Parts: sequence; structure tokens; C-alpha cells
Amino acid sequence: MNTDTIVEFNNISKFFGSVIALKNVTMHVKKGEIMCLLGDNGAGKSTLIKTLSGVHKPNEGEIIVEGKKTTFDSPRDALDLGIATVYQDLALVSLMSVTRNFFMGREPMKGFGLFKVFDIEKANAVAAERMGQIGIDVRDPSQAVGTMSGGERQCLAISRAIYFGAKVLILDEPTSALGVHQASVVLKYIVKAASEGLGVILITHNVHHAYPVGDRFTILNRGKSMGTYPKKDLSREKLLSMMAGGEELDKLEVELKEMDRISKFNN
Amino acid sequence: MSTKSQSIDRKSQDERLRRVSKLKKLLNRPELGALGGSILVFIFFGIIAGDSGMFSAYGTLNFLEVSSNLGIIAIGAAMLMIGGEFDLSVGSMIGFAGICIAIPAIYWGWPLWSSILFAFSMAVLIGYANGILVVRTGLPSFIVTLAMLFILRGATLALTRLITGRTQVPGLRVLIENDPIAWIFSADVFSGLFVWLGSLGLIALRQDGTPLATGVPTSVIWWIGLTIFATWILMKTRYGNWIFASGGDKLGARNVGVPVARVKISLFIGTAVCATIYACVQVLDAGSADTMRGFLKELEAIVAAVVGGCLLTGGYGSAIGAAFGALIFGTVSMGIYYTDVDTDWFKVFLGAMMLIAVIFNNFVRRRVTENK
Repeated sequence: MNTDTIVEFNNISKFFGSVIALKNVTMHVKKGEIMCLLGDNGAGKSTLIKTLSGVHKPNEGEIIVEGKKTTFDSPRDALDLGIATVYQDLALVSLMSVTRNFFMGREPMKGFGLFKVFDIEKANAVAAERMGQIGIDVRDPSQAVGTMSGGERQCLAISRAIYFGAKVLILDEPTSALGVHQASVVLKYIVKAASEGLGVILITHNVHHAYPVGDRFTILNRGKSMGTYPKKDLSREKLLSMMAGGEELDKLEVELKEMDRISKFNN
Repeated sequence: MSTKSQSIDRKSQDERLRRVSKLKKLLNRPELGALGGSILVFIFFGIIAGDSGMFSAYGTLNFLEVSSNLGIIAIGAAMLMIGGEFDLSVGSMIGFAGICIAIPAIYWGWPLWSSILFAFSMAVLIGYANGILVVRTGLPSFIVTLAMLFILRGATLALTRLITGRTQVPGLRVLIENDPIAWIFSADVFSGLFVWLGSLGLIALRQDGTPLATGVPTSVIWWIGLTIFATWILMKTRYGNWIFASGGDKLGARNVGVPVARVKISLFIGTAVCATIYACVQVLDAGSADTMRGFLKELEAIVAAVVGGCLLTGGYGSAIGAAFGALIFGTVSMGIYYTDVDTDWFKVFLGAMMLIAVIFNNFVRRRVTENK
């Protein structure tokens, strides 16, 4: 592997009792690269994310971060090595302000000893600046996150992870709950983050979101990796058909044509 | 050129928005409802009972003392509620702390200060037990602390009867005088000022020439002090941010590294300690402990916190609000004696006020989270 590789996951397997959730999944991500992990519901995406981010310990396989073999005993361990995960629920509290969310758990402090206090002015300034950088005009960083749109919240969560020193971002379905415009805002931001040297693992089941931004694609099906392909070896259609049964989609197409024919016939 | 004009344009637009958002910010503050409610209550009694002595020095201290007692426990309850939990064992804890002070001091010969410290250490222990049970089992705190409500009240009654043969422990008054720390909970503050005001004829005097209102009760100082302390914690410290986060979304908070379990356990300890402060004030004032002391106070504390703008679902609220909630409660419960209204109606008012507060809070929450 070249030195640009930040994280490698080799032959990861995870079992829950007799259920094989993951079997020999191998993948890696380099600096400045967007690695898309695609799979239909139930393909094992969630288990893989949790294994990558330190929530689950793999039963087999190894994790190598910047050339060193490690194990994650908790999400904290992964975070300390710069592997940050933005979950679907985003870990944002909608009743709290943008600033308070941005620094939740990692508040900047000022003062000494017992009189150390949360430096809210600095926090406000940083939050407003960071959100401004990605083109989100936070009129007032003390406004509640609940007032922001879904895309803005996603961007806030990503921006927070980057600010706190992420080298690898694991994004769990960042566009699944968003409309077309919002999704494109988020995707643009992800591309920008990668172009600044971050490694991104983008997990999604939406080929139309993944294909334009991804550099490489790993397809997961029923707990197994179907291989990793660079973009040049893969067309959108091929990617689509590889995900969870291209045959199923073909079958659906036939069925739809059939229905169409019948309805035309009835008219 | 065009970018420049754009940025200027944006700036002026920004300033316009800011002015609106300041008003909005005020409207979105959790304590607004309780503040408005307090003003209404004072206007109401000012008209109805303004010349009845309710707002004389003596009358004012009277309703402030009732408000302050409730305020002490309401602030603990509000902090815990912002952290996303309830503590129904507060009332029982008051009774339990009372006998923890009285029995060692009177039956075992402990100095009063050591039995006060003993009561506080029991409070920490019981708060910790509540917290660890809620955090470890994942059961609703409502159920866990309801169990604790009965356990503590039962234990208070059984132990007191076992040791003393009755349900009240009198005789503390003589011990207070020479105790090094009892004054923290029982002395009147600014009594010199009241004597002076009395000598000027500004406040009412007794027959012997001493003022009717002898000084500000320490509970009022505790109430104000705790409100300031709790507000400082919530607004200015890291721990305060963790309280909001733990109550707002405990999974999210945990995912970004907030020690949710530790925060919640410490808040349970906080409510128990507040209950013990209340017990100290009451027991040292009355000179006796009673096993039924603090009965139903847990519900009054929750009412004050809710009227003060705390959401029952956690993550939102303020200590100042809870202090005003307690003030409304205390003012009405005392003020009603100065009116022609039958005091039986007090609880009707209490329930109605709580209902209005909850509806109002719900509206505020929608404003905060859904306005775009």
C-alpha cells in the first residue's frame, strides 16, 4: 500500500451468535479520496459502520491506521485516531443552539481552576465562521438547531467532525432523508472536504448520489464484499445492477412492462 | 465590484434580521412564561389585597419564605428535568434528612453540625443510588424514584418509631444556639437593618419595640444563591452544556463524548442535596423533625419547574424560571389568605396554572425547533 492510505480494514468478519453479519470484508481509504460503500438494506452496512467506528469489535480481521495495526475498544479510540463517524441521527440536539451543538462534549474553556468556564464567545465565533465557510449563513449561532434544514444539519455534523481533527470521515447515509437540492449541497461539501485531504467513506444505498462523487466503490451484499472497483471500470448501470440483485431490478422492469401492457389493453 | 455591493447588501440585511431575532430570542427564553406569570400575580394581589398588609415587610417576608423553601428544591428539580429525568423521592428525602439530623443529635449525643453533615452524606448516597439505578437499568426515572419515594418515607417512619417510639423528634432548639454551622440554615439576615427601619417607623413594630419582621430568613438567601449558581452552571460551564445535551438527546450526546451517565447521576445527587438543604432550614426553624415533613413536595417542585419553563421531555428550561415558578406558588399560597377567596381554591389554581404552563411550554418548544 502506498503511504497515502489512512485506514485499512482487512478481512473483517463479525458474527452475532450464529448469524454471520460480515464475512471477510476488505477495504481501505486514501487521503483525498471518496470511497463509496454501497449496499441494499440488510447488506450489513450498519454492522460495518459500527465495526469501523469502534462500536463493535470484529471477530476476525485487522484494522490498520496509518500503517499501524490497532484495535478499537470504544468509539473514543477510533475518534482519537482521527476516524470520525457521522451517524444518520447526526448526534445533534434540536433544542440546543448551533454553537452548543458544535462544541457538545468538547467545549472550549477559559479561565483558571475552579473558575474555568465555557468560552461561549469564542465558540460562537468559530461556529459561525465554520458554517460560513460551507456557505451556510447562520444568522445567529445561538439559534436552535431545530430551526435548520436537514441539509444544513448534515453539514453542521460533518463540519464539526472536521473541526475536531477527523482524518477519515465515515458518513452514514448522509443524503437519505434529503430532497434533491439539499442532497446536492451536502454532496458538494463532501467533495470539498475530500479535496482538502480527508479520506471519506460514504455509505449509501443511493447509486445516483454515490456515482458522481465517488472515486472507488465497494459493493456489499448479504454481509460479503462483491469487490471494489475504481470509477473508470464501472458504469452507473453496472453499479446499479450489482447492488442487491440486478436480476431483481430486471425482473421488476419486466413486471412493470407487463402491467403497462395490461393497462393499455384495458383502456 | 458586484461582489462588493452584494456583501454590503448582505450586511444590511443581516442587521435587519438581527433586530427581529433579538425580540424573538427573548420570546424564546424558557423563563419568559414564569416571569410574566409572576408579574400578573403581583398585579392581581396588588389590586385585590394591596392594602391588607400582604406587601408590608412582614407580609412580604412571609410569602418570600414560602417561595424560597419551594424554590430550593425546585431548582434541583429543574436542573434534573433539563437533564431529562424526574425525581419523585424529593419529598421523602426531606423527611428522611430531617430525622438524619434530629436522631443522632438528640438520641446519640452527636454535635448538631456532625448530624447535619451526616444528613448531607446520606443525601449524596441516596441521590447516587437513584442515579445509578436509572442509568444502569434504563428504566424511566419516574418509576425508580417513585419506588424510592415509598422506600424512604417508609424507612423514615419505621426507623424513627423504632429508635424513639414516636413519629416526631423535638428538642433541637437548644442545640442550635451554640452550634458552629446551624446558623447557615436558621439565622435571620440583615436583622440590624430591620431594627433600624423599625426605629424609623417604616415597618411595623411589636409591643416591645422590636420589629415584627425580624430579618430575611436564610432560606431566601439560599434560594437566590442557588438560582444564581444553577444559572451560572447552565449558561457558563461545560457541565451545563452537558446537562442540556444529556436531556435533549442522550444517544447523540453519548456519541460525541458527553459522559451522560455521570451527568445524570450528579443531577440526582443535586436534587437530594437540595432536599436536604430544605430539611435543614425547616428542621432548624421548627426545632423538631417530623417523619411526614416534605409530604408531596416533590410534586410542588415539579410544578414550579414546569411553570418555570422546563420541558417534561428534557433538554430545555432554566433555573431562573424555576425560581419564578416557586415565587408564583409561594405568593399565591400566602396571598390567598389576604383575599376573601376560600383557601380551598388554592389547589384548583395550582392545577390550572400547571396546565396553562405546559400548554405554553409546548408552544414555545414548537417555536424554538420549527420556525424557519
